[in-house]
Amino acid sequence: MGAPRTHEVARGTLPAMSTSQPTLAVLVDELTRALGKSSVLARPEELIAYEYDATIERARPDIVVFPASTDDVATVLRLARKHGVPVVPRGSGTGLAGGAVPVQGGVLCVLTRMNRILEIDVRNRTATIEPGVINLQLQEAVATHGLTYAPDPSSQRVCTIGGNVATNAGGPHTLVHGSTVNHVLGMRVVLPDGRATFLGSRVPDAPGLDLRGLFVGSEGTLGIATEIVVRLVPRAEAVRTLLAIFASIEDASNAVTRVIASGVIPVALEMLDREIIRAVQHSRDVGYPEDAGAVLLVEVEGLRETVEQQSAQVIEALRAAGALDLRIASEAAERERLWEGRKSAIGAIGALAPNFYLLDGVVPRTRLPEVMRGVEELSARYGFRCGNVFHAGDGNLHPNVMFDSMEPGATERVLALGAEILRLCIEAGGAITGEHGVGLEKRSYMEWMFGADDLEAMSRIRLAFDEAGLFNPCKVLPSGHGCASAHSAELTHHLATPGVYV
Amino acid sequence: MTAAPPIGFAGPDVPLLEDVRSCIHCGFCLPSCPTYLATGSELDSPRGRLHLIGAILDGRIEANEHVLPHLDLCLQCRACETACPSNVPFGQIMEDARAAVVAGPEAPRAWSLRALALRNVVGRREVLRAALAPARLATRFGLQEKARPWIRRAFGLRAPMLEAQLDALAARPFRRSGVLARPPEARARVAMLTGCVQGELTPRMHEATLRVLARLGCEVVAPPAQVCCGALHAHAGDAETARDLARRNIEAFEAAAVDAVIVNAAGCGAAMKEYPRLFRNDPTWLARAERFAATVRDATEYVTSIEGFDRGLGPIDAVATLQDSCHLAHAQGIREAPRRILNAIPGLQVRELKTPDRCCGAAGLYSLVQPEMSRAVLEEKLNDVEATGAEVVCTSNPGCTLQLAGGIVSRGLEARAVHVLELLDESYRARR
Ligand SMILES: Cc1cc2nc3c(=O)[nH]c(=O)nc-3n(C[C@H](O)[C@H](O)[C@H](O)COP(=O)(O)OP(=O)(O)OC[C@H]3O[C@@H](n4cnc5c(N)ncnc54)[C@H](O)[C@@H]3O)c2cc1C
Ligand code: SF4
Ligand code: SF4
Repeated sequence: MGAPRTHEVARGTLPAMSTSQPTLAVLVDELTRALGKSSVLARPEELIAYEYDATIERARPDIVVFPASTDDVATVLRLARKHGVPVVPRGSGTGLAGGAVPVQGGVLCVLTRMNRILEIDVRNRTATIEPGVINLQLQEAVATHGLTYAPDPSSQRVCTIGGNVATNAGGPHTLVHGSTVNHVLGMRVVLPDGRATFLGSRVPDAPGLDLRGLFVGSEGTLGIATEIVVRLVPRAEAVRTLLAIFASIEDASNAVTRVIASGVIPVALEMLDREIIRAVQHSRDVGYPEDAGAVLLVEVEGLRETVEQQSAQVIEALRAAGALDLRIASEAAERERLWEGRKSAIGAIGALAPNFYLLDGVVPRTRLPEVMRGVEELSARYGFRCGNVFHAGDGNLHPNVMFDSMEPGATERVLALGAEILRLCIEAGGAITGEHGVGLEKRSYMEWMFGADDLEAMSRIRLAFDEAGLFNPCKVLPSGHGCASAHSAELTHHLATPGVYV
Repeated sequence: MTAAPPIGFAGPDVPLLEDVRSCIHCGFCLPSCPTYLATGSELDSPRGRLHLIGAILDGRIEANEHVLPHLDLCLQCRACETACPSNVPFGQIMEDARAAVVAGPEAPRAWSLRALALRNVVGRREVLRAALAPARLATRFGLQEKARPWIRRAFGLRAPMLEAQLDALAARPFRRSGVLARPPEARARVAMLTGCVQGELTPRMHEATLRVLARLGCEVVAPPAQVCCGALHAHAGDAETARDLARRNIEAFEAAAVDAVIVNAAGCGAAMKEYPRLFRNDPTWLARAERFAATVRDATEYVTSIEGFDRGLGPIDAVATLQDSCHLAHAQGIREAPRRILNAIPGLQVRELKTPDRCCGAAGLYSLVQPEMSRAVLEEKLNDVEATGAEVVCTSNPGCTLQLAGGIVSRGLEARAVHVLELLDESYRARR
């Protein structure tokens, strides 16, 4: 074939940091010598497979590395720092905020090869793992000891614990167990300048500033977690999953409040509306009724007798709230089928429309019915179909707006709609992200939530970790670090790119 | 947003942008992709491959020697389709991409040669038989034992598959056509696809299928005009030959006027059920292909649809396990039928594999074209098989059976690999 020609469309629309070619060549050389040839990618055609995560943000890294150890990670960060090249950590690339997309190029540090479970301490109920371990793999590995790792994002088959730590991932079972931050005791972290340290401890309640808490949810802007100590909990003796069918979202939202008022806190309380139910059933038959206005997926767990009693209470509350029908699954296979629908819900929308914009907001649970009504009205006003799936128990909503980016003006309208919905969440006392993070996309909305002083304080904390401003630049905070203009440039880019806009 | 015309893609089968666009990059397919599990690289993942194909379509990269190996490393097992919540037609996209490469002016020589060999050998029954004749003759004199050490030396990683094929040649080929069985008061008239290599290499599968169908009261015919199904050609990017073979089969089976076309090779069955895909630019043949595809049944699917198939079974005292052949589970969505058959056999202890629907590495020609990855995938499968302690490994496809048979020999396991219907046939016969 002829000489390779490439068309760097993606990077062209973003304010590239543009590291000079000679510098990059030297860095590639040094990295290859340190990590080995099979752990470094630098050809444009190869780099293109690392220009994305699960959003439609696209930016090609200049180099991709696959470290195998904490030492490797430290070497990568040291070498990159020496040459003044940005570094971005990446797990499985399922992030929904563009956090792993290297908007200013540089080195993308892929942690999936660091996937060993180092220790399972059954007596102290902890596990020590590398960051590339997949969430579900950890759950499966500890299940044989009667234990589980509680945070269960819908993407748990794919996403890494390192990514979960960085985004403080939640899931259906967050309702009772809390999100990732409640399950991480400590971690080894390589700081942006290449020094390794340990944040937190191996036992609960370490003295001093809670830097562990600060790191969890920092979206890969403070360093790279290379070893993580997580807390495990005993697996419940009995589990009961219920599917309650409602005529409307509003009925289902009221049912959520009623269930919790009944004194039972289910381990999971998930809602799917009509559009989502149809999308799921279109993708695979999991037994959801296609004519329902909304369904609630409720799970209770605990000791055998408590579960009996609690599910009776939940059933009563659901009936009282107007449930049209109830399905009860106690067999593992039936439960899995009900959950499969929920866990594939977001992906399933992909088959209904060329693009969809998945929003992530959170409101106090009691405000759900009115906020849902607002979302419905807003999407009708903008003329878009919108499906809703959410962790109703903790008020974390995920409207999915369906559109076609090829239609002129559609993308701008969708973005405007998204902004209005998030404003609605803030007005209701909520926030602009429930679990997916701020990343690239929502940086500009941070100003709606925080004053200049707050943002300045955050920025200073960040600088304390990364004085050079080269570590996962342009993420989370609205300005600074030399990429203030990035956001508007990104928006132009969205117009052209297919996929899910998140 | 096509910035420049695709470089390295050509012809009528260029992947459709709308198909590629249906991937939302969620990554849910990654953990079910055998090549991603082996290399840990996005480039060897379904999402990465789709992204590369998209980038070629956008004219952002060329389909060149740095990109094509990643497309070539795909097993086309379609496990990613099962995992995909967004219904991305990955199999179709990959076949289209390969066809678009082969049709291009600068197709890599290995790709063109492969297509050429498939067209002229596998696609032509007489040539295929002639090509296999010397080896077949050798097995008549028991020479395969003598050849074994030499094969292992000369072919390395490819040896298990080749040895298994050589062993298979010792059996008498199945070359029958016309009316194969005509039980009195037949409940249905069905046709069997006898295929290309299958009658030559795994004749017992056909014999067993035929006996089972006849026993269940079917009149069975094998239209003499039928040809190879074209699956291997389509997978390798020779869409023209695949279309030619498809048209000939549609004509042959239409003329046979049967209730159903029974296929006991999951790969062939999937291809035939998907004949309409080959004719997206040809409305006349598209309609005909759709009518034809609706009559195609996998053998396990058809057998289990017959009431009372589970009566009159004799015992088989053995531990068995089931490999879900990819093109049965992932392409045809059939998982229950083979399990129903095995569970109906008295005395048979069925133990599930940990990942029964992960590819075994056979994947048509793959074991010969990509011996290293094929072997790595096979080793994983053998670990899984070994842990079940199975004495019988059942599949629904001749390629899988041969691959597993080869693996079993190379690892020295006490087990045999058979088609599910062979075991069903044994069980019927054990009743006498
Ligand atoms: C269909 C779908 C459903 C989802 N459902 C949920 C859900 O229910 N709940 C939820 O919370 N999320 C959900 N997500 C979002 C996503 O799966 C989570 O954010 C997950 O934690 C990301 O993990 P990852 O390994 O893919 O990380 P990536 O996407 O690769 O990276 C995410 C962020 O983490 C940083 N990072 C990764 N590894 C490290 C490390 N070792 N050290 C420091 N920083 C690191 C990256 O820089 C980036 O900022 C969903 C995503 C999809 C596509
Ligand atoms: S067909 Fe199989 S090997 Fe190819 S991308 Fe899909 S899962 Fe991977
Ligand atoms: S699961 Fe489907 S939509 Fe998701 S990345 Fe894979 S192919 Fe794309």
